[in-house]
Amino acid sequence: MTKKQKKVLYRIIISAVLLIVLRFLPISGWISFVLYMVPYLIIGYDILKKAWKGILNKEVFDENFLMAVATVGAILLGDYVEGTAVMLFYQIGELFQSYAVGRSRKNITALMDIRPDYANIENENGELEQVDPDDVVIGTVIVVKPGEKLPIDGRIVEGSSTLNTSALTGESLPREVGIGDEVISGCVNLTGLLKVETTKEFGESTVSKILDLVENSSMKKSRSENFISKFARYYTPAVCYSALVLAILPPLVNLLMGNPVNLGEWVTRALTFLVISCPCALVISIPLSFFGGIGGASSRGILIKGSNYLETLATTETVVFDKTGTLTKGVFQVVKIVTEMSEEELLSLTAHAESYSNHPISKSIVEAYGKDLNTSEVSDIQEISGHGVKALCFGKEVAAGNEKLMRTMGLSVPQPEEDGTVIYVAVDGSFAGYLVIADTLKPEARKAMAALKKVGVKKLVMLTGDKKNVAEKIASQLSIDMVKSELLPADKVTEVEKLLAGKRKGKALAFVGDGINDAPVLSRADIGIAMGAMGSDAAIEAADIVLMDDNPEKIGLAIRISRKCMGIVYQNIVFALGVKAICLILGAIGIANMWLAIFADVGVMVLAVLNAIRCLYIKNE
Amino acid sequence: MTKTYKIEVDCANCALKMEEAAKGTKGVANATVSFMTQKMKVEFAEGADVDSVMKDVVKACKKVEDDCEIYL
Repeated sequence: MTKKQKKVLYRIIISAVLLIVLRFLPISGWISFVLYMVPYLIIGYDILKKAWKGILNKEVFDENFLMAVATVGAILLGDYVEGTAVMLFYQIGELFQSYAVGRSRKNITALMDIRPDYANIENENGELEQVDPDDVVIGTVIVVKPGEKLPIDGRIVEGSSTLNTSALTGESLPREVGIGDEVISGCVNLTGLLKVETTKEFGESTVSKILDLVENSSMKKSRSENFISKFARYYTPAVCYSALVLAILPPLVNLLMGNPVNLGEWVTRALTFLVISCPCALVISIPLSFFGGIGGASSRGILIKGSNYLETLATTETVVFDKTGTLTKGVFQVVKIVTEMSEEELLSLTAHAESYSNHPISKSIVEAYGKDLNTSEVSDIQEISGHGVKALCFGKEVAAGNEKLMRTMGLSVPQPEEDGTVIYVAVDGSFAGYLVIADTLKPEARKAMAALKKVGVKKLVMLTGDKKNVAEKIASQLSIDMVKSELLPADKVTEVEKLLAGKRKGKALAFVGDGINDAPVLSRADIGIAMGAMGSDAAIEAADIVLMDDNPEKIGLAIRISRKCMGIVYQNIVFALGVKAICLILGAIGIANMWLAIFADVGVMVLAVLNAIRCLYIKNE
Repeated sequence: MTKTYKIEVDCANCALKMEEAAKGTKGVANATVSFMTQKMKVEFAEGADVDSVMKDVVKACKKVEDDCEIYL
């Protein structure tokens, strides 16, 4: 508890004890008034002061005013116990609220607490010095000890270790890293000492960007939040005037009709009315729900840039995917080797022949080989642009490339029915076999699609610049409903616009992508979802939601979180307004007394806050 | 230009009031207050003097909610 909260707690205890003691004292008349004023003022002086200040500032109608009028009114009518008790319960409610909100704020910020405090730099004497990460210039070598957070993005120049990326990605499996690997800030170094050459400034590093994003997320308010703040603006004055009417009109009518006036009775009802009407439950629980939802999502590696996106995401009906990097890994891999000789031998010869090339396909072949290359055995390398490569490896003439290369060598080759790029290999002038290189599906892709269907997404669409047969094969593997292939980046926008025009009203379309060329589509869609670890900065910038671990399964989870969160928001709106409306009516016709009024105010608020906190927790499926 | 300030405020409704007060201050194009993160984001009007505008914002906020705090 903070100092402020403790102070309120002491005031509550003292005033409650006094109130109970006074109940059993045989006092009456003005002595009783004076004595009851002690607990009343102890518990309520700040509310009275705030209400008074509000009146001076022409900001009359707020909860302080409501409470001040209701309790002062009760005391004037001689109900000292009730007047004091109402104030007491109001303060208990406020204290609970402030404590609960403080706690959940702490919980949520702890989930997002990935801010590194320092970076270690080796000084001239070889000693480690802690410096502010902001002061580290690009290219500095920083030292990260086991157990420390990586403060700045960079490349490992010395050491190897495992990294815990869970703060960033929600992925609990540690990642093995070694020299030459790019590492991102926010990960925790688990086992070995690492020396990292920074490639970005702290402000541009992943961790700063993420923090910035999350901290600003609650600034973008949802329609529900805006509804509540507008509602509060009209609601309180409306209630106050109704109470005034309730206090004056019926007695006046009685007076004119010649009935007993009963002014006290009607004023009591009006005061009850005021206590019931306090809008706290709504005003606090709605933003808390959204904040909880966003916090819960970010602990799972899903960054949502605003409550408004959470709200829209809950209505998602169509999800459009980019293929490469989103559903597939976006890296080329050797998926098939066909040869008369041993696969191992063909791969070894090809990898050596390709060893000097930087082409992604060459790299994928070298990677598939996986062993150290004996480059001294490679000579006479000829790169023939648009065709392939020729080299002398282990005394053999190896040619690796496309069909054109084979044709220039006078060789005829088979035409395999494969998706992807085929690399033909000839050894000593005769055809030896071929390798197929293709982008592979992410292992989670199929489950991701099933999960989306399960949460009620009606239509899954895939847009790609890739060839038709490749696209359709992937689509059928993943049971995607609609495929558009061979698209240029601009065509993707047109396709998404067509889909946007065709969707039902009140339902949202989400686009998931990762590349620079996806940025326009990401901003055009109702909800743009970007792949964070792999995605380009432009895509992350343009997106509304970022998946830190590139796992498409998280989309279904994000939708579930948003639905749960919106469900709780609506429950709270309906529950709070419903209970208040019923109690207001009961109060107006005189059935509800002050005690029920207190429940309607404090009780509803406590329940709404507890309900809102549920947003933080989401089950795994 | 947009700047974010750390604030301290006790209740959600007070945060709303501060937001209204900040929005109404001259030189402020838009303002949002997040009760949850205890932050105020102020978008300044073109050519506004940030320091003097923020002084007015603090004054306006203190007026509607006297135990709020804005850390400049």
